[in-house]
Amino acid sequence: MTDISTIIKLTAAQIAAKIASGELTAVEVTEAHLARIDAIDEKVHAFLHIDREGALAQARAVDAKREAGEKLGPLAGVPLALKDIFTTQDMPTTVGSKILEGWVPPYDATLTKKLKAADVVILGKTNMDEFAMGSSTENSAYGPTGNPWDLTRIPGGSGGGSSAALASFEAPLAIGTDTGGSIRQPAAVTGTVGVKPTYGGVSRYGMVAFSSSLDQGGPCARTVLDAALLHEVIGGHDPLDSTSIDAPVPPVVEAARNGSVQGMRVGVVKQFSGEGYQAGVVQRFNESVELLKSLGATIVELDCPSFDLALSAYYLIAPSECSSNLARFDAMRYGLRVGDDGTRSAEDVTALTREAGFGDEVKRRIILGTYALSSGYYDAYYGSAQKVRTLITQDFEKAFEQVDVIVSPTTPTTAFPIGERADDPMAMYLADLCTIPTNLAGNSAMSLPCGLAPEDGLPVGLQIIAPAMKDDRLYKVGAAVEAAFVEKWGHPLLEEAPSL
Amino acid sequence: MTVIDLESYEDALATYDPVMGLEVHVELGTKTKMFCGCSTELKQDANSQTCPVCLGLPGALPVVNEIGVESAIKIGLALNCEIAEWCRFARKNYFYPDMPKNFQTSQYDEPIAFNGYLDVQLEDGEIFRVQIERAHMEEDTGKSTHVGGATGRIHGASHSLLDYNRAGIPLIEIVTKPIEGAGARAPEVAKAYVAELRELIKALGVSEARMEMGQMRCDVNLSLRPHGTEKFGTRSETKNVNSLRSVERAARFEIQRHAAVLNSGGTIVQETRHFHEEDGSTTAGRIKDNAEDYRYFPEPDLVPVAPSRDWAEELRKGLPELPRLRRKRLKEEWGVNEHDMQSILNAGAVDLIVATTDAGAPSDQARKWWMGELARNANETGRSLDELPVTPAQVARVAELVASGDLNDKLARQVLEGVLAGEGDPDTVVEKRGLKVVSDEGALGTAVDEAIAANAAIADKIRGGKVAAAGALVGAVMKATRGQADAARVRELILEKLGVEG
Repeated sequence: MTDISTIIKLTAAQIAAKIASGELTAVEVTEAHLARIDAIDEKVHAFLHIDREGALAQARAVDAKREAGEKLGPLAGVPLALKDIFTTQDMPTTVGSKILEGWVPPYDATLTKKLKAADVVILGKTNMDEFAMGSSTENSAYGPTGNPWDLTRIPGGSGGGSSAALASFEAPLAIGTDTGGSIRQPAAVTGTVGVKPTYGGVSRYGMVAFSSSLDQGGPCARTVLDAALLHEVIGGHDPLDSTSIDAPVPPVVEAARNGSVQGMRVGVVKQFSGEGYQAGVVQRFNESVELLKSLGATIVELDCPSFDLALSAYYLIAPSECSSNLARFDAMRYGLRVGDDGTRSAEDVTALTREAGFGDEVKRRIILGTYALSSGYYDAYYGSAQKVRTLITQDFEKAFEQVDVIVSPTTPTTAFPIGERADDPMAMYLADLCTIPTNLAGNSAMSLPCGLAPEDGLPVGLQIIAPAMKDDRLYKVGAAVEAAFVEKWGHPLLEEAPSL
Repeated sequence: MTVIDLESYEDALATYDPVMGLEVHVELGTKTKMFCGCSTELKQDANSQTCPVCLGLPGALPVVNEIGVESAIKIGLALNCEIAEWCRFARKNYFYPDMPKNFQTSQYDEPIAFNGYLDVQLEDGEIFRVQIERAHMEEDTGKSTHVGGATGRIHGASHSLLDYNRAGIPLIEIVTKPIEGAGARAPEVAKAYVAELRELIKALGVSEARMEMGQMRCDVNLSLRPHGTEKFGTRSETKNVNSLRSVERAARFEIQRHAAVLNSGGTIVQETRHFHEEDGSTTAGRIKDNAEDYRYFPEPDLVPVAPSRDWAEELRKGLPELPRLRRKRLKEEWGVNEHDMQSILNAGAVDLIVATTDAGAPSDQARKWWMGELARNANETGRSLDELPVTPAQVARVAELVASGDLNDKLARQVLEGVLAGEGDPDTVVEKRGLKVVSDEGALGTAVDEAIAANAAIADKIRGGKVAAAGALVGAVMKATRGQADAARVRELILEKLGVEG
């Protein structure tokens, strides 16, 4: 019997191999992670719901399958933390909102189905900013999540529960969703790996919508290879999602196993620098660029002028779509219902329910979006934002004529203290400065750790951006950078995190 | 109900020129809904035909029904429209409890079909061209039943029941350009247009277009302008006018109402109006000021629809004969006048007569039975012809039995009565009821002899040359044979036996 502290430090690839070989059982692995959650999640608060019985049942099924000599999936028996935005028939799905408190969906998301079919063990649902709106997980209706590097700091957002679960060794794999950076920014500030696949690369069916044209589910892990293994399981065409791309998943696992930047052209964009970038972040980023050079890459400076407009365009498009997507939460069919005492009209009940059920940031964005779509304002706001979106896409296209990938800091600063930006939405929005252009253009990007900022000892993320459907390049470059850093540091970055 | 003063129709038209816009919603007859795989079957248990998509559950996503798009293109082509090479769905945002997502997936500024026309024939044979603005795809809403109020409307109701079976059923909305120049015939044009459109939709096979089932619903927008002016007046929008007759009545009523308001110095309020079948009137609904804002934007959950030119051309080649042209051809083939053709059309008998002739009956026979005995039965039982439990093949068989002399008309009517009563097919009814014409000359001869013997006085008159009196003896024989004799043959036999030339 391997002890708990050893099991929880294993990578997903290692766990899968040990289960396949019989060195570990899936039940042992699941119990070890559940024990870890029991021991520390009160402090971290990564999970909103833990499905102990379901996880153990799935683990037992995997063990039985192995004993029967049946073929196991590449991640069979590996525990995973699922962001509470994907529908699950056997667990509540709240999207971090009071308005869906206790709602158990009657159907599984395509991604949930794929995980189950791949014999992955879903431990539970993770905390998030309400409806994925936020960059700190402070907007969760169920309380904030702590950053395992410093529990008084934010774990990023909206997927702070998933990143914290990884960084605190509660799970080796997690699922996130990325509308403006909600996978990558949490990965950056917790020293983990997160990938936003190409838009349409992972089915959105059963993923509660925030902004339909930007939302993209993706893998979160502690290593590049683990992210690739998960990416391959959840990716691929889904006939239930008309925006899903009808093409094979790019060869991400192969790329992750063959990391190299030799002979590659790597772009550095002028617009991803300047005011607002923390010195330690800039320092680690510059070192990463030097590292890439030393590994055989050619660095190309790029000018993408429209990127300066990305944040503004995003904060028109995302709220506009959300104002329509969230209209269905009217207390009529599911979720919270407030004030239905037999004397009030349906309209009054809807209004009271929304007042109580939606948080401030959600209300703010619904109001913004409703305004931006209004007749007479549409062209000036939503229409203009769509034009900017086209320009950003064109800037990327031009850039990728010159380079294979682009690199940048994932986020301008390291994890900020809980509460620091809670009342300053503009400051909060700046956390996604470097991640948003990719969502607007629909291409793919990864964040992986590139060191600790000297001034605060907190993780810094390196963002790698690739063209649409060239997600494999992220893994090829990511794996090379990861290997070089681990060699340089002598261990994975998370080894330096405090033991909780 | 408030009493509304109406101008006389003639006086209204003497001063004003009506301008109409007709919006027709057609529920497509696809097997599944527009954006999910749920069945579109009607009259099922409430909320039994639903899934996460058409219930608008969080996370669910739509996928376009290809047959729905194909049907929309067929309608567009048949209406002489251009077909978009690339178009998108749009979200029409508004709140209503029977709309699960609180937005309707529709089309806005990029309809699948646009710029067409439909030629309709008025009762005197004149052809009037109605210009088509657009035809676009959208989804139906669920159905609200307001309980506890007196009117069935939401006002005064204690609660409402929601059935989402209809939510997501594909709709095509067909919008005309302003219909000008119809003058006093505007109501007739409106009716003829909707009738022609319905025939067209049925001929395309994309919907049964049954107005009484709500499969086709019409909104009548109408405004008046003084003769000689260009600018349109303020319009009213009479919603859900659901029969051909009602379309005509609604237009007529609104012309008279508008004229009364304008003549008394009032102004027309832009509003929706409810139509009342019982007296043909309309009453005010909700005010439509221009502030109504649906916040349309392209539906991000659906990829654009880009029908290839090849596909559109293929669909064009497969279009059926247009109903108006088909009617013209049938009218000529059948040799009927315009008035009779119109009656056949009004009775909904065209397809039934065609099917009956296809089953082998001569067209005059087919017309005779469908427009005679069967139409009468349909009328009496409050059904439409196609709801009668008799098939064209059965009618053709009856006609065949008459032609062969096995039945006379009187017996044939009894056979059809038996078929309608569910006694089986015509041959079974003939068998069971013993309805064959008595053609046994011996038996018939005996019956004739008996009739002559029993009516000696009449027989003498006939012998004396009053041939017309034979009718009484024929009647006696028919009575004796319970109608199962061929009356013409009976007459022949009587005259023969009395030695008189017929």
